[in-house]
Amino acid sequence: MRRLISASLALFLSTTAAFSQAVPGGKLNLIVQPEPPSIMIGTTTNGPALLVGGNIYEGLLRYDEALKPMPSLAKSWTVSEDGLTYTFALQEGVKWHDGKPMTSADVLFSANDYLLKMQPRHRNLMSHVASVTAPDDKTVVFKLKEPFEAFMRGLSFYTMPIIPKHIYEGTDYATNPANDKPIGTGPFKFDEWKRGSYIHLVKNPDYYVKGKPYLDELYYQVIPDGASRSVAFETGKVDILPGGSIENFDIPRLKDLLNTCTTEKGWEYFAPLSWLWLNNRKPPMDNVKFRQAVMYALDREFAKDVLWNGYGKVATGALSSKLPFYKDVEPHYAHDPAKAKALLKEMGYDGKALKLLPLPYGETWQRWAEAVKQNLEEVGIPIEIESADVAGWNQRTSNWDYDIAFTYLYQNGDPAIGVDRNYKTSQIAKGNPFNNVEGYSNPELDKLFDEAAVAYPATKRQELYDKAQKTLQEDVPVAWLLELGFPTIYNCKVQDIVTTASGLPESMRDAWIKK
Amino acid sequence: MKDFWKRFSQNRGAVIGLVILLLVVVLSIVAPFIFTKSPWAMVQRPFIPPFTMDAFVLGTDPMGRDLAAGLAHGARVSLLVGLVSTVVSLLIGIPIGAIAGYFGGWVDDVLMRFTEFFQSVPSFALAVVLVAIFQPSITSIIISIAVVSWPPVARLLRGEVMSLRSREFVEAAVLSGQTHATIIWRQILPNTLSPIIVLASMMVAAAILIESSLSFLGLGDRNIMSWGYIIGAGRTVIRQAWWVSFFPGLAILLTVLALNLVGEGLNDALNPRLARKGK
Repeated sequence: MRRLISASLALFLSTTAAFSQAVPGGKLNLIVQPEPPSIMIGTTTNGPALLVGGNIYEGLLRYDEALKPMPSLAKSWTVSEDGLTYTFALQEGVKWHDGKPMTSADVLFSANDYLLKMQPRHRNLMSHVASVTAPDDKTVVFKLKEPFEAFMRGLSFYTMPIIPKHIYEGTDYATNPANDKPIGTGPFKFDEWKRGSYIHLVKNPDYYVKGKPYLDELYYQVIPDGASRSVAFETGKVDILPGGSIENFDIPRLKDLLNTCTTEKGWEYFAPLSWLWLNNRKPPMDNVKFRQAVMYALDREFAKDVLWNGYGKVATGALSSKLPFYKDVEPHYAHDPAKAKALLKEMGYDGKALKLLPLPYGETWQRWAEAVKQNLEEVGIPIEIESADVAGWNQRTSNWDYDIAFTYLYQNGDPAIGVDRNYKTSQIAKGNPFNNVEGYSNPELDKLFDEAAVAYPATKRQELYDKAQKTLQEDVPVAWLLELGFPTIYNCKVQDIVTTASGLPESMRDAWIKK
Repeated sequence: MKDFWKRFSQNRGAVIGLVILLLVVVLSIVAPFIFTKSPWAMVQRPFIPPFTMDAFVLGTDPMGRDLAAGLAHGARVSLLVGLVSTVVSLLIGIPIGAIAGYFGGWVDDVLMRFTEFFQSVPSFALAVVLVAIFQPSITSIIISIAVVSWPPVARLLRGEVMSLRSREFVEAAVLSGQTHATIIWRQILPNTLSPIIVLASMMVAAAILIESSLSFLGLGDRNIMSWGYIIGAGRTVIRQAWWVSFFPGLAILLTVLALNLVGEGLNDALNPRLARKGK
């Protein structure tokens, strides 16, 4: 018997929020911070790029708050009983922004070619897939090598955006001119990008969901200064401040303004977790005692309360508590400078000064770097803060040219998609700041992760992930900081800005303005 | 010396300036003894307003760092950057100006075109570019301030040397067979000292301003607490905590004002024409 998941039910769920009186028309101003290097999300997958690019490119599926799949480019799907064959029926009448029809050939191209070359996250997913085929124009069949429960959560716009074959096939993907004028299937089309000023998207009138999108225009404003972004919201120049786009100190003040709403939803899929890369290749970071000492030295409660205004949560380990298979395992690393000092003494740390690379995402991160420096120096680790812009930070981390570096990564709905990439030996590869950048390698853990990914059923996976989390917790390959909380602040006239687990980037098609 | 002090003290502003300046110098010297903790240490809860807690007179910043400690430690950085960069730019500007003025002709032409090249670029923009290229650090900041501020020295000195070049005592020195180097060093330079001292005091003030502006823009040395950095970091919270930006701003204002007043006083005291009038 085949298990049929009713697409219409999911469609119904996705539209109930926007029920009845949604009115078309109007434009929205959002903040994009910092200005992304590109909005071609097949290759550039940092937060700001996704925020804009998520309107242009789409994946096969979207996910609700509980990470249950909803239709996107796939209108319905079936999963064979052995969990090996996934068959997707594509939406009718989908067109690329240049007018060409979108077919299963584009899905094949994206899955088998483009993303395989350009995206390690996708490579990771595809390692479980035996073949992707298209029996006809509107059907795509994924055959898996072994059951892989996470597969269903790996088909978002973020992990597998569908890329136009007719534009990219046979070209150099990294330098294709379409990277600057992206062509997707999404509810909004690219119109103009004034560098340093704004990115302008316009409604896609041929969008395959009748009546959507409601909005005519989206402006993503680039305002480099944090205080000015807050003022832009206060004066009504922007309607939506995406999570993380203003200084955390400003949040309480803005929240209390008239006609201002906030939501912390829309981050369930990403489940952002921040940590410090500790370059395991170099001494003293190659010593597990040193890494544990760093964990004990950090005052993460302070960071949460003071720098993040109490939003978010102190990370207990490698998995965000929002993720399936999360477990709170021992040992806990509370703020304990004495213990940190003892560990450093035990390992015979020579007091060598280390460099700390902050994340160039605004003032909060700069202040956080200063706080971490202070924490580490209190236990006797001299720290020198370096400076880098976004491009520099990307380059430095992806080429392993750092001692300690800030980062935060999305965990993408399943540890097999968004977590093991940071710890498995097979994920050590230069040129990507989001894989195993710290250079940690533990064959036992590799095995646990590999087995957990394909284990069946979920209880068996849980067991293996418990072990993996325990191992990581003791080895501390990186120093976990916080599960970040990013409240979205918006003008209350805007409705339905968060309709999926990924929030703003893919909810604009449902958003509308109350008259 | 007595004459000098008498003329200097006739300018009341200059005396006030000198007092403020001495206070800042003393503050920067005693800072490590009064505030023994690092100015980066997070010592109390954030956003304590000034004058509410005896231990933290000026309150705390958004991270609970003692603002008074930051100001005291920042004074040292500001003065250090101001003095060192001025010395460096004098070291560049004096030889170039002296050689150009003394030898004249094509040497003068070449050196002055070179100087004009630097003068034609807006100095602060050039400093920003230099710091960005060399990575922000205290050394790169000092060097870039020096690089953008030596041209006025060179031009001033060239003019002074040119007018002295044709004076009898210089000609006498030439006739007596002294080398060019000796003439410049022993005969001419000592006579140009007063305008240079006046200019240097103004340059220290300008250097402090440039350093603060760089730090304010986030191009300061990330590991050193300076006034500009405190303002830059405090600017984002100016609506909640005015004092974080206000006090370092006041410190910069007073220090720069003091230096300018002192410069004016020195000008009065050292200007030979005024001196003659005084007698």
